[in-house]
Amino acid sequence: MPFNILVLSCLAYVIFLFGVAWAAERRADRGRLGWLQSPLIYTLSLSIYCTAWTFYGAVGYAARSGLEFLTIYLGPTIVFIGWWWVLRKLVRIGRQQRVTSIADLISSRFGKSNLLGVIVTVIAVVAATPYIALQLQSVTLSFSVFASPTDDGFAPPGTEATAVWVACGLALFTILFGTRNLDAKEQHHGIVTAIAVEAVVKLIALIAVGMFVVWGMADGPADMIARISASDVADWKLQPGRWAGLLFAAGAAVICLPRMFQVMVVENADERHLATASWAFPLYLFAMSLFIVPIAVMGLERLPATANPDMFVLTLPLAEGQGALAMLAFLGGFSSATSMVIVESIALATMVSNHIVMPVWLRLRPAKAVSGDVRRLVLLSRRISIGVVLGFGYAYYRMSGGSTALAAIGLIAFVGVAQFLPAMIFGIFWRGATRIGAALGMTVGFVVWAYTLFLPSFGPDAVIPAMVFIEGPFGIEWLRPRALFGVATMDPLLHALFWSMVLNTAAFLTGSLFTFPGPVERMQGAAFVRVFDTTSGSPRGWERGLADPEDLLVMSQRIMGDDDALMFFEAEAKGQGKAGYLPDPTPDFMARLERRLAGSVGAATAHAMMSQLAGRATVTVEDLMAVASESAQIMEYSARLESQQEEVTRTARALREANEKLMQLSIQKDAFLSQISHELRTPMTSIRAFSEILTEGDLPPEMVANYGRIIHDEAKRLTRLLDDLLDLSVLENGTVQLNLGLANLSPMIDRALASASHTKPERSFVIHRDLPMENIFIRTDADRLVQVFINLISNARKYCDATAPELRISVRQRGGRVTVDFADNGSGIPKASQALIFEKFARLTDQTRAGGAGLGLAICREVMANLGGTITYLPGQGGAAFRVAVPLRLERKAD
Amino acid sequence: MVPPPRTPPLFLRRSSYRQRRRRDAARLLPVVGLFLVLMPVLWGPQDALRRDTAPDGIYLFVVWAVLIAIAVLISRGLNTADEGDDPEATSDPGSGR
Repeated sequence: MPFNILVLSCLAYVIFLFGVAWAAERRADRGRLGWLQSPLIYTLSLSIYCTAWTFYGAVGYAARSGLEFLTIYLGPTIVFIGWWWVLRKLVRIGRQQRVTSIADLISSRFGKSNLLGVIVTVIAVVAATPYIALQLQSVTLSFSVFASPTDDGFAPPGTEATAVWVACGLALFTILFGTRNLDAKEQHHGIVTAIAVEAVVKLIALIAVGMFVVWGMADGPADMIARISASDVADWKLQPGRWAGLLFAAGAAVICLPRMFQVMVVENADERHLATASWAFPLYLFAMSLFIVPIAVMGLERLPATANPDMFVLTLPLAEGQGALAMLAFLGGFSSATSMVIVESIALATMVSNHIVMPVWLRLRPAKAVSGDVRRLVLLSRRISIGVVLGFGYAYYRMSGGSTALAAIGLIAFVGVAQFLPAMIFGIFWRGATRIGAALGMTVGFVVWAYTLFLPSFGPDAVIPAMVFIEGPFGIEWLRPRALFGVATMDPLLHALFWSMVLNTAAFLTGSLFTFPGPVERMQGAAFVRVFDTTSGSPRGWERGLADPEDLLVMSQRIMGDDDALMFFEAEAKGQGKAGYLPDPTPDFMARLERRLAGSVGAATAHAMMSQLAGRATVTVEDLMAVASESAQIMEYSARLESQQEEVTRTARALREANEKLMQLSIQKDAFLSQISHELRTPMTSIRAFSEILTEGDLPPEMVANYGRIIHDEAKRLTRLLDDLLDLSVLENGTVQLNLGLANLSPMIDRALASASHTKPERSFVIHRDLPMENIFIRTDADRLVQVFINLISNARKYCDATAPELRISVRQRGGRVTVDFADNGSGIPKASQALIFEKFARLTDQTRAGGAGLGLAICREVMANLGGTITYLPGQGGAAFRVAVPLRLERKAD
Repeated sequence: MVPPPRTPPLFLRRSSYRQRRRRDAARLLPVVGLFLVLMPVLWGPQDALRRDTAPDGIYLFVVWAVLIAIAVLISRGLNTADEGDDPEATSDPGSGR
């Protein structure tokens, strides 16, 4: 097929995938996840385990080593049907802790240690390079096999140029796909869906080729079995060590490969999907493996001995003239390679940006990291990381020469990532696992792997001098890379796997047993190991009130984006019953925010950033201040409650007083009626009686005069009573006419004293006055005020029961008011009556009635009210005392 | 490998008891699978005389298919159990979930 058409079809296929991803992303954005989160999609996305290694390499593997290729698929099968042991726990932990990558998981488990994050990231990147090189190599090979060189002048470029183009294309593709936005929880619905589509394409392609081989080229299964037995493949002898070792390596890899962890744990939407995947994923592997041996056997049988067995899937249909089938196979292989590269480099880029770039940035520019635009930095670092990862892959491809069997390259990567296994498995099952142990174990394992397998894979003299292989470094024979500690009989791969795992586990256990974990580490350890025991197994540790919610919001906006951060904060605030966007920094809220941030930048980084704002660890002064201010708040609150209660008590008291007064008034009203009838009847009775006597006539003239005088007096009393009543009603209605004018207080008091002296003239009072103080001009109705004074002085004359009665009149000016006190030295007014004296007909004792009708003080009160002043009883003055207060300047009331 | 329900439910409801045995089965399955997959090692592979790859392959694929079938049966029941009470199969009823 012409090279340019091949390139075009690849591009068309990529654009199709883009469309799928875009559509899925849009669906997800609209919240209609539906089948995007089905167990089927989950299972199909897991099938990125089957890369170009499976699609092309497995056939080559089978052609070279018979059934050994099956270990690569049986290992994961056992892990998946045993999901109840490990995978279930991993997925639960991943969801609960919002884990973003395997580096994040291990770092998070061991106290959010950044050191471990870096170690895991470095191992993962290095281990991934052969694997990515494998994909590049397979795509390049498929191009070179498939593209026909003889065409209209458009010759295919050399394999090296092809590899460069493939690497660049894949990098671009991945960047466009995977780093368009920074997801809150590192879930990429678009990519997962596109990968599911690719999984279907590669499965169909491989099965189509297989069926063509079994039923098209051979004569059905029976014939196929006969051919297998006859072929060279049947010469293969099962090597027990390799068989068991590869089962182990593949089983470990399916958990530890960064991309498998990504789709299995990070992209998992529902834990129950795992139950389906536990049989559906093995089924997929089963279907992928079923036709491998037939294709290999047929390839060996039909194709020339020089043909690369890794390309049988492609070359067999081509040789048989099945162009369409070959095209399908080509796209299947292309699918396998691209899906692997995309997810692997996204997973690695996430790890690099979260565990290397961000911490460095945080260390270098702590202030900027919290307030600056972190999102752009994260995205940029991820894009660069993708490019770097693919660059490494290409470099490995070039250095290894691009001629090695695909499966051999892949196995190097498998053993590399298996170094995570001890830290991970012990981490989730053993609380005693410590950070130091994990760091030691992984470092030792990584070094052993690199020394015995990775570096030697470049060939003798490439990195490790050939002499070292024979004599060992510095002539130390037991350190030979292929015969560590003198174990020379082992297969090199098995040798590397054995020693790296043994030393890794030993270092891990030793380190764990002899070190003491920190507090965060122990909390995280408990949360991981007992993830099923508690509903919210997340350790908390954020103290209340340490961080300013506004700072937290600013930081979160930089990471999560403005809208998402605001929405999250608003929801949190609402959950706390607060309006607005700023929830209280409670430990719960802080823990949730940290986990949310961890979804974007990884646990260690999120923790570090939160620490920047919250300054945790020991009890600080701020801590104590927070506690203090909290208790102050409580005290203030209780004080407020207390004052409220006081107010209520006051109101109640006022109400009770009012009620008492009302009851008294009601009694008074009754008394008033009987009083007024009595007051009116007494003079009337006298008048009637005497006038009756007079009408009988025949009386001595002096008696007539006497009776007439009595009648006159009684009539005068009646008139006075009626006058008073009239006066009172006028005053009470406020219809009184006031003659306002300027008057001096002193002459007014003189007038009042003079007038009042007619009352009980037989009593001589000593009057105390303060004349200079009395010299005040006030603007008021002088006659009315004098009326009040007369009333008060008369009352004193009438009721003061002292043997040497005295009256003290004192005048005082306060602000705009003048007060005049009238105090005598009598026994005063009993407390119980003080409230009543200003009421109508309120007379204290009937026997002391001296002609008044009990209206005097009531009139006084009304007068004073009309003059804008008051009259009150002054208790505690050593006698009856009244205070009259009038304004200095009374303005005429606006009518 | 699933024991027949001979014991009457002394402390557990019958369904809970079944759930726990189902979980035991889920734990046991990979062990059985590993054993079966390692069986070819015991067949004296180092024999010098020529042996056939095909029977081994058929054996492995049959084992594979059977394991998948059993996994289907187990996971179905476990799947629904996840929503029910006490998903953690320990003898201590207090430690569930």
